[in-house]
Amino acid sequence: MSIWEYANPVKFMRISGAILPWVAAGAAVCCIGGVVWGFLTPLDYRQGATVKIIFLHVPSALMAINGWLMMLVASLIWLIRRHHVSALVAKAAAPVGAVMTLIALVTGAIWGQPMWGTWWEWDPRLTSFLILFLFYLGYIALWASVEDADSAADLTSVLCLVGSVFALLSRYAVNFWNQGLHQGASLSVAPGERMSSVYKYPLYVSMLGFFLLFLALVLVRTRTEIRLRRLSALLARENRA
Amino acid sequence: MKALLIRDLRLAVRAGGGFGLALAFFLILCTLVPFGVGPEGGQLSRIAPGILWVGALLACLLSLDRIFALDHEDGSLDLLATAPLPLEGAVAIKALAHWLTTGLPLVIFAPVLGLMLHLPGPAFPWLVVSLILGTPALSMLGAFGAAMTVGLRRGGLLLSLLVLPLYIPTLIFGAEAVRRGAIAADPAPPLVFLAAITLAVLALVPFAAAAALRVNLR
Repeated sequence: MSIWEYANPVKFMRISGAILPWVAAGAAVCCIGGVVWGFLTPLDYRQGATVKIIFLHVPSALMAINGWLMMLVASLIWLIRRHHVSALVAKAAAPVGAVMTLIALVTGAIWGQPMWGTWWEWDPRLTSFLILFLFYLGYIALWASVEDADSAADLTSVLCLVGSVFALLSRYAVNFWNQGLHQGASLSVAPGERMSSVYKYPLYVSMLGFFLLFLALVLVRTRTEIRLRRLSALLARENRA
Repeated sequence: MKALLIRDLRLAVRAGGGFGLALAFFLILCTLVPFGVGPEGGQLSRIAPGILWVGALLACLLSLDRIFALDHEDGSLDLLATAPLPLEGAVAIKALAHWLTTGLPLVIFAPVLGLMLHLPGPAFPWLVVSLILGTPALSMLGAFGAAMTVGLRRGGLLLSLLVLPLYIPTLIFGAEAVRRGAIAADPAPPLVFLAAITLAVLALVPFAAAAALRVNLR
């Protein structure tokens, strides 16, 4: 019994089908709960009501980065062990991650307008998120334009590896290029935290909610991809007969 | 290896196209910018480092699809893949040929365009140095992008979407070095980073590009 058994599509379909309703329900409860709870928190003495966008902004930014990280791991598994489910998971995660990046950028702009007085600033964090979004777009476009499924999986995996290095490199290169406006990390495990627990706990709930939402969407999309593969295999067999 | 390099150079020079085209594109881009932002010397000289670097980058992009596309069409790429020379070596040689026919002319031509854009005097040596250090990375990354898209029908547009984000670090450090040269600050730190990126790219990217080529030739 090893973790690789779940690379079997049949097993993956059975288990993912069983946990999907729970994950989806958890995502709905936590997302709605986190955002509503966040909405009921008191106003920040400096930021006023705009502080509440954090309950969308931080979780989506978190999932945008971790989504790419998950694609990187899935790409490595595909390149090394050639489990098809892994390649399909990477494919399924890309559009979800791209949308998370977009949500983070848009909510950041909406928050930045009253706070910084500008919708967009060429700040290192903002810029590196935009670059991450461009990498997502390139990755999705490459999946869409290669016809043979295995070649597409190989090429996108290589792109994901090279892209990860360059996304990270750009993240630190932009520090060199412009000084930041964005505040540092909102959450930290170090003592002397900067964030009041009034905001922290709803934020944790909505981070969990976004994580479950991401998981649910990726599972649904992966299941669709597996069914698509089965369908095309059936059609190919029929044509041959 | 030498034979492949000479063959590629000869093809690039005799077949026309890529060689002069990138330079002409660079010239046109640097002519268009003053039309867009106005002819005041002060403003132009402030943005000149960035314009020259972005122009060199786009001119480089223009000829990338030629690195592998022609060889893929007439089948010589398959011969290269089965040749005793490792595919990684062939990719590196092809990138070198691209650099010699596109990057090097851009480096030589850039000071002239810098003159047209009122680039401040002390920046000129740093413009040349930063381009010499940076353009090999552009060619090598371009070869990677070209290897990814070699068999595709709508490859050209996809190529730019894949390659341009990879150019960002090179562009940042290259343009920063020229800008520091222009205001008489120390341009060494960005140049060191630029050289580091180029060396890492030259050492590692041939493997990724060769892997992509093998997939596309399967």
